[in-house]
Amino acid sequence: MRFSEIQRHLGKFRVGIAGAGGLGSNCAVALARSGVGTLVISDFDIIEENNLSRQYYFTDQIGMMKTIALKESLARINPDVFVIIHQKRLDKENIPVIFSGCDVIAEAFDKADMKEMLIETVQISLPGIPLVVGSGMAGWGMNETIRYRKIDDTLYVCGDESSEMSDDLPPMAPRVGIVANMQANVVVEILMELE
Amino acid sequence: MRIILNNRNEEFTEETITVNQVLALKKLSFKMRIIKINGVLISKTKYASTVIHDGDNVQILYLMSGG
Repeated sequence: MRFSEIQRHLGKFRVGIAGAGGLGSNCAVALARSGVGTLVISDFDIIEENNLSRQYYFTDQIGMMKTIALKESLARINPDVFVIIHQKRLDKENIPVIFSGCDVIAEAFDKADMKEMLIETVQISLPGIPLVVGSGMAGWGMNETIRYRKIDDTLYVCGDESSEMSDDLPPMAPRVGIVANMQANVVVEILMELE
Repeated sequence: MRIILNNRNEEFTEETITVNQVLALKKLSFKMRIIKINGVLISKTKYASTVIHDGDNVQILYLMSGG
């Protein structure tokens, strides 16, 4: 299939991205370049200098809301993508509202308890919508440990499922970028199977 | 009984077993996780009461901070 046909197909779909940090910003960029029609991005944070170690932002965007900065960058990459942003702290109540109507959702939080909350909420309140989770990507090297696992038709996980971030094992651009792009790759694969 | 645990075959002498018993027997102590049995999410409050049967597909997903 030619790229123009792939883009036309992906243009029909809507993808939710929960979080616009290292995973979310890089995943959004990959999906925008691929031609996904609509991205629904939610995050409540502003950009800080230390975010630039792995997140798709620029020095002149420090202090901006991540959602607004990312929307601007995505428009510069592919103006055909419709980007809907929500400046909200996601919780059990607003997740089903914000992401209803999405064909796939990418989980892109940094804290494990938030990942757990999102998975439980989506699986219970948005049944049938595939969710692509990123778990375990702190540190550097160890390419061979990063994997992809399909749990069932509604739950997929990318990452090593073992590297927990800490002061001595910070999240860094290479591994975070690998997992973010693996998540985008799973999203594209799911969408290419849809009519 | 035989079950599938994260895509691997596991055998237990018991005929049925609870989620909590599997976690204890397999020494799976890491608390940040999602457990699904045959595609159904099991809430944390049901680990003690949920019974796993022969042939069940048990999937445990571990959640790590970072992203």
